[in-house]
Amino acid sequence: MTLGSVLTPLPVLVPVAGAALTMFVGRQPRLQRAITLAALSVVAVVCATLIWLTDHHGTIAVHIGGWGQSVPGLGPLGITLVVDRLSALMMVVSSIVLLAVVVYAIGQGVRDGDENQPVSIFLPTYLVLSAGVCDAFLAGDLFNLFVGFEVLLAASFVLLTIGASEDRVRAGIAYVMVSMVSSLIFLFGIALTYAATGTLNMAELAIRLDHVAPGTRSALFAVLLVAFGIKAAVFPLSTWLPDSYPTAPAPVTAVFAGLLTKVGVYAIIRTHSLLFPSGGLDSVLLVAALLTMLIGALGAIAQNDIKRLLSFTLVSHIGYMVFGIALASRPGMSGAIFYVAHHILVQTTLFLVAGLIERQAGASTLRRLGGLASASPLLALLFLLPALNLGGVPPFSGFLGKVALLQAGAADGSVLAWVLIAGGVTTSLLTLYVVTRVYAKAFWRSRADAPEGVLARPGPTVLLEDGGEDVAFLDRDDVGRMPVGMLVPTVALIGVGLTLTFLAGPIFAYADRAAAEVIDRHQYITAVLA
Amino acid sequence: VTTALVPLVMIGVLTSAGVYLLLERSLTRMLLGLLLIGNAINLLLLAAGGRSGNPPINGRTSAGRSTTADPLVQGMILTAIVITMGIAAFVLALAYRSYRLTTEEEVGNDPEDTRVARQTEDEADEDVVHPELEYDDEDEPAALDALPPHSRGVQQT
Repeated sequence: MTLGSVLTPLPVLVPVAGAALTMFVGRQPRLQRAITLAALSVVAVVCATLIWLTDHHGTIAVHIGGWGQSVPGLGPLGITLVVDRLSALMMVVSSIVLLAVVVYAIGQGVRDGDENQPVSIFLPTYLVLSAGVCDAFLAGDLFNLFVGFEVLLAASFVLLTIGASEDRVRAGIAYVMVSMVSSLIFLFGIALTYAATGTLNMAELAIRLDHVAPGTRSALFAVLLVAFGIKAAVFPLSTWLPDSYPTAPAPVTAVFAGLLTKVGVYAIIRTHSLLFPSGGLDSVLLVAALLTMLIGALGAIAQNDIKRLLSFTLVSHIGYMVFGIALASRPGMSGAIFYVAHHILVQTTLFLVAGLIERQAGASTLRRLGGLASASPLLALLFLLPALNLGGVPPFSGFLGKVALLQAGAADGSVLAWVLIAGGVTTSLLTLYVVTRVYAKAFWRSRADAPEGVLARPGPTVLLEDGGEDVAFLDRDDVGRMPVGMLVPTVALIGVGLTLTFLAGPIFAYADRAAAEVIDRHQYITAVLA
Repeated sequence: VTTALVPLVMIGVLTSAGVYLLLERSLTRMLLGLLLIGNAINLLLLAAGGRSGNPPINGRTSAGRSTTADPLVQGMILTAIVITMGIAAFVLALAYRSYRLTTEEEVGNDPEDTRVARQTEDEADEDVVHPELEYDDEDEPAALDALPPHSRGVQQT
């Protein structure tokens, strides 16, 4: 029993145990909050230890219940959890985001009174979501990855439709249906893979798939890619996302935007590099990446509502990661890994700031917002930093990640790669245009100039939607200053995002080591099959 | 590996019927479509586990066969069935809720999407103020000011 093998299952076990406990104490909100915070803090510490362990002592593989490989060539029979540099990095970033968002949600609840809106299932469901996300990152076999996806999806169904108001039910139905179709396609891929190879353990699959006929291999890869493409919101499978995310409460949207699509991206990285290193679909992926970037950015321009606009930028920037993966080179992969970490942080932060804007100004549409820079200079700063980061302005990490990807594209040198580079630069400029437009409208101009600026929502909401009518902006309840409980996690996430800028050298070196390990495959396979 | 034809045909029929139902707008039919496809994939998993008739216990023979049946596919099917059942219950709850709220259980269009698609260039601009969108301050005490002044007289007496 090494430290690594003891710690590896904890990011799944602790949140699940926490979820069970919080269910029992559903009538004591304070105890519920304390358990949730403790559980997610433990997960963050464990993940930080795991990233140190994997970076210094190599990949950790744990066979649950001791069901490892009994006969060589048969593959492990039970559930395998694997932590390598890539999954450790994803888990560290995710655990930070999960902790920050739950602090934000609790801060919002404490200040704006969730005794009026008692939602005792929010925290347990949130913990189940955390367990599902960690399980997906840890999974060493395809079926466990499927179970991880289902756990996080089932939790996300509940979180998205919390309160079951008309809007949320409508958005929830579409979300549930699309997610279930993608899960069924994934299961279909699992069945075909099992039929072709007789195993689902990823390390064993990596060996056996090399002996499968190239046509069959491409077909299996295509099926899995469609399933993960829906989850990661890659064009043309992305249209569900901007319709469903914005209706959820602010913290829920923030954590969905940060993590759920990235779990899909992570699954694409794993299947692309570990299982199908010569899958033969790289040019398809490159075209999909280009269209995802451009269509997402163009969609964002057409939107008035900040949350919907951010959802479209989310789709658009998934294209960058797919671009890096599809280059199938070490620089491309390291750029993609760095970009995933950057994008989880910046997108979550922006959605949290959007929640603050909605609370302070009583609206999230640009048709109503105005004058926020003079009303709250702090809020303006909170929006501006991650917005410029997203837009790729030097010296932020968004710029560094994009430069790394563009360099990798130039090193590839093919015509399609150069088209992608042009598309990437255009998308970056369009994103910058979109966020500066938000800044100019919501922060700089006077609210009197907004076409519907006289209207606002009656008061701050926490998790449930208030069904009340719009009121005149002047009659709105005084919401006071921004609550410290919401401000601190937002500032902390901006701080972590800036760390990616200040410590770009070491972090990029880490991403590069992770990419080398992912492309090499050798370390992963020996760690699992040893 | 030889595979029996009948399960494969059944998988195909179930999947195509499921896809047809999924393309409907009514929630119940979509759910039925999901269930059909789910069952088709369960059958596919079963077919992937080898021929039927093999003994389930290691070391036994069944009708002359000694290859043990693959227990893994059955475990996976069981997991998939449980997951599908849970989600089906949730979808039914959503459908019922949707019916209670809107008296229909069809998937609606996204109103914001429709609005953005239909808006004119003028409406898309967040700077153009439309005169018909002026709203009065509802708390203005105009109604109170217009009260007849007899109350002052009451106070004097």
